[in-house]
Amino acid sequence: MPQNEYIEEAIKRYGRRFNHEERMRKREARSVHKNSATAQKLHGLKAKLHNKKRHTEKIEMKKTIKAHEEKNAKTTAPQEPQAGAVPAYLLDRSSQNNAKVLSNMIKQKRKEKAGKWNVPLPKVRGIAEDEMFKVLKTGKRQTKQWKRMVTKVTFVGDGFTRKPPKYERFIRPMGLRFKRANVTHPELGATFTLPMIGVKKNPSSPLYTQLGVITKGTIIEVNVSELGLVTTGGKVVWGKYAQVTNNPENDGCINSVLLV
Amino acid sequence: MTTAAPPVLSAPAHGAPAAPARTVLAQFRSKDGEPTGPPLQLPTTTTAKELALVLNQLLANDEPLPYTFTVDDEEILTSIDHDVLTKQHKSTESTLIIEYTPQAVFRVRAVTRCGATMTGHSDAVLSVHFAPDSRTVASGSGDATVRVWDLDTATPKATLKAHTNWVLSVAWSPDGNTIASGGMDGLVCLWDARTAKGTSTKPLAVLKGHRDAVTCLAWEPMHTNAACSRLASGSRDGTVRIWDTRSRTTEFALAQHTKAITCVKWGGEGLIYTASRDCSIKTWSASDGKLVRTLAGHGHWVNTMALSSETLLRTGPYDHASAGKKWSNATEAAEVARERYRTGHKGAERLVSGSDDFTLFLWTPSASKQATTRMTGHQALVNHVTFSPSGARIASASFDKSIKVWDGFTGKFLFGLRGHVGAVYQCVFSADERLLMSASKDSTCKVWDMRTKKLKGDLPGHADEVYAVDWAPDGERACSGSKDRSLKLWRQ
Repeated sequence: MPQNEYIEEAIKRYGRRFNHEERMRKREARSVHKNSATAQKLHGLKAKLHNKKRHTEKIEMKKTIKAHEEKNAKTTAPQEPQAGAVPAYLLDRSSQNNAKVLSNMIKQKRKEKAGKWNVPLPKVRGIAEDEMFKVLKTGKRQTKQWKRMVTKVTFVGDGFTRKPPKYERFIRPMGLRFKRANVTHPELGATFTLPMIGVKKNPSSPLYTQLGVITKGTIIEVNVSELGLVTTGGKVVWGKYAQVTNNPENDGCINSVLLV
Repeated sequence: MTTAAPPVLSAPAHGAPAAPARTVLAQFRSKDGEPTGPPLQLPTTTTAKELALVLNQLLANDEPLPYTFTVDDEEILTSIDHDVLTKQHKSTESTLIIEYTPQAVFRVRAVTRCGATMTGHSDAVLSVHFAPDSRTVASGSGDATVRVWDLDTATPKATLKAHTNWVLSVAWSPDGNTIASGGMDGLVCLWDARTAKGTSTKPLAVLKGHRDAVTCLAWEPMHTNAACSRLASGSRDGTVRIWDTRSRTTEFALAQHTKAITCVKWGGEGLIYTASRDCSIKTWSASDGKLVRTLAGHGHWVNTMALSSETLLRTGPYDHASAGKKWSNATEAAEVARERYRTGHKGAERLVSGSDDFTLFLWTPSASKQATTRMTGHQALVNHVTFSPSGARIASASFDKSIKVWDGFTGKFLFGLRGHVGAVYQCVFSADERLLMSASKDSTCKVWDMRTKKLKGDLPGHADEVYAVDWAPDGERACSGSKDRSLKLWRQ
């Protein structure tokens, strides 16, 4: 029973017939006549299918022929003025379009008027308490279990001071505290590292919002004064919301998407 | 035996006369360095207004003219005592040299609000230029058209179509009859400004010759050419062509620069100045096109130039008060322009140039090929420089988001203006030089007060970068053109 690529193997081992190329060339040359003969003889449903296929093939062929003709013909017809008009002093200067910050206020106004919270991640998996908190045993006999340590990334503000350790119920370890977030602008695709101002809302629970826990889907507020955005009223924008798109406790960084 | 301490003198008894008012010896001096009048003994509480009264009497002016007074470059705003003696710790023993500079007689009110938004272009507005009589404004755009707008109604008067690619620069002739426009397609088109109407206006002439984009245009001043028939155009192919507009041919081509020409200026003394990306500025004679001097010194592209007499040359015979005046013939208008130039501009013509190497140079091209001063301080490339209408101050707009103001005669740094959050593209002085307007990449224009050296007003409203700004020569309105395809007219 033939197994695997026995034909290809045989060709590799013994080569092809001596007149193989000649035969292939002639077969191709004759194929035109063969196609025409079959097209004339076919009838019924088979004919319909064949004609449909042939029609699309012919359209493609015509397009490529026309494209070739255009390439060969050199026209001196005036072209349309190209897009991206710049004044004379900006000619030959790369105007940083890739990382240029969007200052089109019409778009911003339109987005503001539309749904307020059209967020990139509408549905987010809720985080259960036993996943979020680790129980800490305290006391002389290690029997008291009212303290909890947060196992996810948190944000504490600038003026944060811990409560006295005896009364601290939720412990936010320093190693999991972050101040900066990587914010991607959705339209431009450029990413900036911006300092955070606060956690606006954690979708899992208001308790997490209060603690400042940052998980996937959390809305955070970032300081965008570096980008130099200006509103229509002439005021400088310095804070915008962004939504976190990764699991920061796994990656060690907070990646987010700016909500324009 | 200890000696007793000398008795402490108590405060003067009630009823004793107050200490006599302090006086100081002052000598007035004009900006040229000539002393005016004899040294006077003035009380130290003299205010600037009183100084102006005294000076007007000394100069025997028919009507009282306004002046600003400075001692050692510090302006006297309130009184001699306050500004000079206390601030600078000068004593009343030595003679104070008070320098005075005349201010413009008329006062321009700050533009604070948007009078009108003029839309109509289908692509970004790249350049804006007011007519010398301040009645109309022409704008060139990326959609290859030039539009002429009527300012009283803020509607388009005419749409001029002849270019096939972006229109990079527009320039009115000093007599206000012709508009020249240069485009990315290498053509210079001339249009009749007086009869232009609607959308079917044909150009007076299409001047072909440049092989690459035309970046800048400069008309010959009216006082050297009454018919305003000569025009210089600089292009990205490195040549400058002088055109005769009546015969529509190139008189000569100045082809010594090796890289693109960024700026062309036609001076009032018969010299043409060209700045190029090959880091040099060349002066040419306007009569035969011969190279006179090469001014080297910049380390990178020279982006912009300004002449101290530029406003006078651009407006020709029109004054701030002669908005609708008509002269009977061109020679009479040229005579008025010549008179205006003679009285308005004293001394040799000065040239300031700004470059990509973050510095500016102040030159006196007719005197020497060494620069007078090198003006450093900007932290990014300088995009636009401009002289104030009388030539007393220079303003430079830079991509480091700041504008710096320098002294127009010596090049000394006066003060900087910060406030923009994006690169500043252009800046322009008002007709009386008390205000400065700037256009920036952050989509706002700002008006700055030159006396208090602070921001006077913000002019937001554009939706995208503002590419061009111009202030009418009569000071009534300012116009800004932006990437959002609209022009905004600003008024009080």
